[in-house]
Amino acid sequence: MTADQLLDLAAGICLVVGALLSLAAAIGLLRFPDALSRLHAATKPQILGLIFIVIAIALSARSWETALVLLPIILFQLLLTPIAGHMVGRAGYRTKNFRRDLLLVDELQDAVTRSDRAADEAKPPEEPPTKRE
Amino acid sequence: MTVLYVVVGVLFAVVAVLATVRVVMGPTILDRVIASDVLLTTLILVLGTEMVINGHTRSIVLMVVLAATSTFSTVAVARYVTNQDRTDTVQTEIAKEGTV
Repeated sequence: MTADQLLDLAAGICLVVGALLSLAAAIGLLRFPDALSRLHAATKPQILGLIFIVIAIALSARSWETALVLLPIILFQLLLTPIAGHMVGRAGYRTKNFRRDLLLVDELQDAVTRSDRAADEAKPPEEPPTKRE
Repeated sequence: MTVLYVVVGVLFAVVAVLATVRVVMGPTILDRVIASDVLLTTLILVLGTEMVINGHTRSIVLMVVLAATSTFSTVAVARYVTNQDRTDTVQTEIAKEGTV
């Protein structure tokens, strides 16, 4: 077995691993009970699966220029996926799009009630006082 | 090698179908937006896989652009989710009592 064949085989195995991670995410999307746990399943192929596919491309192209161009793909996903996950998770919690009976610990609840109370106190009174005589 | 490539293709096809099923089933807008995000990620992965199989590097630019812009739609939708987009038991109870 030559070195070229070995690299091709490694690239193929990386492809299969990436595809299996995607499959895990898709099964999780269908089987998990609520939006927050589906979010947990969905983020698996977005980082690790993409890294495996990018490694496969680098192994099959075998040039430093290609590897250099592939780097921003992982960089963008690493930067942007947590932002999207945070936004969706926050919206899901605030609109109660999750099943509370499945939670073991809810560390966010205290912070949310505290900030709600602070917002209530900071609000001006319902009827502004009339003009002083 | 051909066997590996066929396996990868079948796996990605199954992933796309399952994600589409979740997009259609819902039940809330958050589930749909998460599933469509997975569908877009699958598209990026399929582009990369196709480059490996056919031995070219022409689609890398497309992959970079998709990776850089894929989260915009998710953030835009998540920003405007309100309580009315909920379809759980609480929402149906509210609807039953007629005090929306």
